[in-house]
This record gives sequence, C-alpha cells and structure tokens, in this order.
Amino acid sequence: MSALFEIKNLRKSFGENLVLDDVSIDFPAQSATVIIGASGSGKSTLMRCMNLLEELNDGQINLDGIDISAYGTDIDSVRGQIGSVFQAFNLFPHLTVVDNITLAPRLVHGVKKDVADKNARALLQRFGLADKADEFPNLLSGGQQQRVAIIRAVATNPKLLLLDEVTSALDPVLIAEVLTLISELKREGMTMVIATHEMGFAKKIADSVVFLHKGRVHESGTPDAIFGSPKTQELKDFLSALHQAGRL
Amino acid sequence: MTYQPSALQLQREAAKRRASRRSTLIALSSTLAVGFLLVLVITGAQGYEMVKNSFFNWHYAKQAMPSVFHGLLLNLRVLIIAEFFVLLLGLLIAIARTTTSPVLYPVRLVATIYTDLFRGLPLLLVLLLVGLGIPGLRISWIPNSAVVLGTVALVLTYSAYVAEVIRAGIEGVNPTQRQAARALGLTQSQTLEHVVLPQAFRNVTPPLLNDLVSLQKDSGLISVLGAVDAIRAAGIQTAQSFNFTPYLVAGALFVLLTIPLTRFTDWLTRKQDARQRAQGQW
Repeated sequence: MSALFEIKNLRKSFGENLVLDDVSIDFPAQSATVIIGASGSGKSTLMRCMNLLEELNDGQINLDGIDISAYGTDIDSVRGQIGSVFQAFNLFPHLTVVDNITLAPRLVHGVKKDVADKNARALLQRFGLADKADEFPNLLSGGQQQRVAIIRAVATNPKLLLLDEVTSALDPVLIAEVLTLISELKREGMTMVIATHEMGFAKKIADSVVFLHKGRVHESGTPDAIFGSPKTQELKDFLSALHQAGRL
Repeated sequence: MTYQPSALQLQREAAKRRASRRSTLIALSSTLAVGFLLVLVITGAQGYEMVKNSFFNWHYAKQAMPSVFHGLLLNLRVLIIAEFFVLLLGLLIAIARTTTSPVLYPVRLVATIYTDLFRGLPLLLVLLLVGLGIPGLRISWIPNSAVVLGTVALVLTYSAYVAEVIRAGIEGVNPTQRQAARALGLTQSQTLEHVVLPQAFRNVTPPLLNDLVSLQKDSGLISVLGAVDAIRAAGIQTAQSFNFTPYLVAGALFVLLTIPLTRFTDWLTRKQDARQRAQGQW
C-alpha cells in the first residue's frame, strides 16, 4: 500500500543552481509531516513543487496513486485536490470572509451558493470566527486573516493541505490561535505538510520530521529522534542555532 | 557523480516536445485557414476591382512616395518636440494635482480645471481654436505658423491625458514608501524625486507609452491647419490624380512609425509582469 502522497527522486534546478537534489519523501494519509531547514535549504521550492507551481527537472510526484507530474496532467484539477496556504494570507480584499471561502467551491467544484454559504458559515462557527463571516478581510487581525485563509483552503475538502510558513508574519499571540486551528484540522484527520520555524509546534503536531539541507533530505524521523537525538552535525548545528535564537 | 536524467524524465521531455510540435502545427493551419477565408471574401466582393484601382494602385503609390515621405519628416519633428513638452507639462500638472499643502490650493485648482478642460475638448476643436484663434489675436510676438500652433494644440491636449496617467502612478505608490522616506529625514521634494516618482513611472510606463503612440499618429491632424505633413501631402497628390492610394501610403508610413514604440511598450510590459511574478509569493 503506497502512501497518499509520494515524492520520488525529485530534482529541481534554477539554471546552474541545483535547489533540490534527489528528494524522496512519503506522506501517509492522515499524517502531519513537518519540513525544517535553514533559509535557502530548498523548503519553499519543495512546497511549490508539490502543487506544481514549479516544473520538476526530474522525478515523480504521486497523489493517491496517480502521477501528477506526468506531462499533460490537468494541473487545475490537481490543485483542486491540494489545499495551499502561505505566509502572505492573500485573501481577496474585494470579497467578504464568506465569499472568500465559497469562491473556489462555487467556481471550481460547482457547489450551489446556498450550500457553499452554509458550509462556510459552519466552518467559521467551528473555528470561532462566526461573527466575522460578513466582514471584509482588512478589518480582521493578521491571525484571523490567516485562519480564514486556512479555512478557505480546506473548504474544498482537499486530500492534502500544504502550509508554508503560515505563522511567519504573525506575532506570538496570533501564532497560537493559528496553530490551534491547525491542530484541530490534524485531529480531524487532514493529511498535511508543514514548513515551519515553530519548533515547539513541530514537536507537538508532527508524525515525522524531515530536515532539508542543501537541497537534500539530510535526516528524517520521528520528532523525538530529530529533536532529541540528532545524528548529523548539520542538524545539530541547525538546532543549536535555533536554540540560541530562542526558537526552541 | 554527474547527473543523468532518469528514463521517466526523458519520457516527459519527449512528450513535451511532441505537444509543442503539435501546437505549432495547429497554429500554422488555423492561420492559413483564416487567411484563405479573408482573401476569398475580399477578392470575391463586387466592388473589389474598383477599390483595388483607386486605393491600391502601385503607380500612384510610387509617384506619391517622395512627397508623402517628406511630409512625414515634418510629423516626426513635431512629435519629438511634442512628446518632450507633453511629458514635462504632464509631470508638472500631475505633481501640482498631488500636492496637499493648503497654500497650494490655487495651483491644484488650476491643474484640475486644466485636465478637466483639455481631456474633455475634442483634439480637432483644440487644433482649430489654437491654430485659427490665436493668429486672429494679432499679437506680434506669437508665431502664426501652422506647425508651431498645431504642436502647441497637441501638447495642450496630450499633457492633460499624460498628467492623469502620471498622477495615477504617484497615487499608486504605497503610502508607507513615502512615510519610510520621510522617517529617514528626506524632505517632501526629495521624497518625491528619489522615492515616489521612480516607482510611479515604473508602474505607469505601459499606459504612458500608449499615450505617446497615440500622439504619434495624431500628429497627422495638424494637417487641418494647413501644415504640409504626410497626410496633407497625400491629400495634394490625391487632388491631382483623383486616386486615393497616396492616403494609403501615408497610413502605411504612420503604422511603420508607431510600430517600434508599440513593440517597445509590449516588451517593457512583459518585463514588468515577469518581475512582479518573481516578487509575488505564488
């Protein structure tokens, strides 16, 4: 039985600059995989490759047993099955919170407006944002905006959720509310890939941790193994740098 | 160990090449089909022979070429001078309209009235008013050459358009940029010169060039004042032969004149798009 999402021998270069070199990772269903690594280690590029925003130079990506990296894949349909949230919230400023959430269900998945509206409001209710449903995004705090962005990403019932540095632009109090939301989604069984610098959160939520260094999977394993007994010098250096910066 | 593409990758690249070849083939055949259809419709029209003789006559085209081309040189001179003054005046008006100081209220008022007036007035009307009205005042030091007055009319109208484009650019610069510059101790005018205007111009280059392309062809309108530009020269030829080909020659020359600038605009727009994509996350 293969994993829900598989990356096999992924290679990506920008011109001469080799960014990802022979990266292979399995993402089992309902698991949370946390990707850590310094800036420039290839984290963001890896995340971008996962929903085909970057063209691969070699290797293969499978979603639910289907090769989505094959030439001629319907990229829009793949993205419809993968929810993505990024550091910049990118809510649509001209739409209310509810309309932000229902846009993709209505346009991409053909859900009727009243049904989509009801689902969106139910989601907002569950995550404590019911009173913001008819506000415009600019009236929300950063944490609220990012939570809406995450709700928008899961409103289409994706098979996989990609979270790339979703808390990097937020202050600690707001980070907490976003992380709570993510933990709840995890409990409900959402499969997710998380790139983050929040190591405390990574320890708590991760089923496995992947340490990326110079475009390669340098070390990977359970959170206990990675944070408790790092094997390679590079990982030790990375963790001690985080420790010094007060992030661990 | 050097990198060897996997069989999978080679397969994927081959599929990509095949698809690209197929796209080229489809583009080619659809272009041919459309072209063939057009030729069929036009040559099959009842008046085709007549139109061909009076608009596409090679003999008259050759005959008209030298004088029309000579006229075009006048257009070229006019538009180079007009473009310079349009940009200058447009910039000044745009800056005037974006000032906030209460002392400068009259300046803002005048600038606003100016843009409202000259954007609203048809260019032809401005040309006639300036070209025939000003000489009528009989003020001795004002030149009454059709070329000079025509250029003035073009500048008056187009600087109103250009001012609005530049103003949109200035207002489009994020206010935090202005605040950041002021926080560093730059004065209001230093901020404008070194921080705001460079970004403003970058944002509005495509619409700005679009206005300049439009000015290039509208320089032909000075012919209504009697200046012997390309269109006037063509008109003179036509009056002698009763054949309209010279107009077509002038039209072709105008198109040739504007093509370099339009291509440049396209290129610049593409370059900016690429940069914005590179900046934007996802």
